[in-house]
Amino acid sequence: MWAWFHKWSSPRWFYQLSGTLLPWLAVISLAALIVGVAWGLMFVPPDYKQGNSFRIIYIHVPAAAVAMAGYLLMATAGAISLIWRIKLADMVLKCAAPIGAALTFLALVTGAIWGKPTWGTWWVWDARITSVLVLFFLYIGIIALYEAFDNKEAAGRASAILALVGAVNIPIIYWSVEWWYSLHQPASISFTGESSIHPQMLRPLLLTITGFYCFFGWVLLLKVRNEILHRERSTRWVRDLILSR
Amino acid sequence: MYFETVAELLAMDGHGPYVWAAYGITFATLVWLVAQPLVAKRRQLRELRGFLRRTEGA
Repeated sequence: MWAWFHKWSSPRWFYQLSGTLLPWLAVISLAALIVGVAWGLMFVPPDYKQGNSFRIIYIHVPAAAVAMAGYLLMATAGAISLIWRIKLADMVLKCAAPIGAALTFLALVTGAIWGKPTWGTWWVWDARITSVLVLFFLYIGIIALYEAFDNKEAAGRASAILALVGAVNIPIIYWSVEWWYSLHQPASISFTGESSIHPQMLRPLLLTITGFYCFFGWVLLLKVRNEILHRERSTRWVRDLILSR
Repeated sequence: MYFETVAELLAMDGHGPYVWAAYGITFATLVWLVAQPLVAKRRQLRELRGFLRRTEGA
């Protein structure tokens, strides 16, 4: 188990493994996104209540879901880097933050654009939307905190602690539509029972959700690999790698 | 296809501007997300080559 753990956390090994994974993630995410978006925009019938504005669901829900899952990944990486001082975990924390921030931004913006024709307003200060705004500020805070330190080890520790403390916001976002009265509609996809969304509308949504998850993985690997090359630039394997190409 | 013509697809019964704006912003953001590390990598490889040449004194 420990041998496995150490092998996994070795930047060199991770660089090689991610290199073989990268093209797969790219192809799956692009294919799922293109098919899912075309299907959702052109072939699914409009919602009987919301009309065509509901088509924003195919980007809004995946962006929000991956923004939250990405935060959990980042907080977990923060915990691993705090407890075991694993460099790779610190790199994942640093690289995941800007992707998560961008996806949270997308969830907020597409939500606002969807809200205007549906609720008659761009923005309401209700529990769901406000807690996602807090998520956005957490991401921005982690990026800013990381940049604020000259000592990168201290930067990693401080950001990891902020990421862990902020993780309390994730269950709040998730259950906000049930705990408080809200304009925001509750979840349409259920893992335990029957989903309240029609299968015809659900299928492209599952595709775009898959596409966004793979996209996150793709961009995260690209960023982490850059970070590895930068931090390991004085090692022999990076030297051999650079000179061999 | 649900829509009969391209004009109908663009108009989406009046919801077109909202839907297309949301998709446009998303598309631009995703392109930026993936382009940024790719550009950074090219720059980094160039700098690393220079760095290695200097440190090796070659």
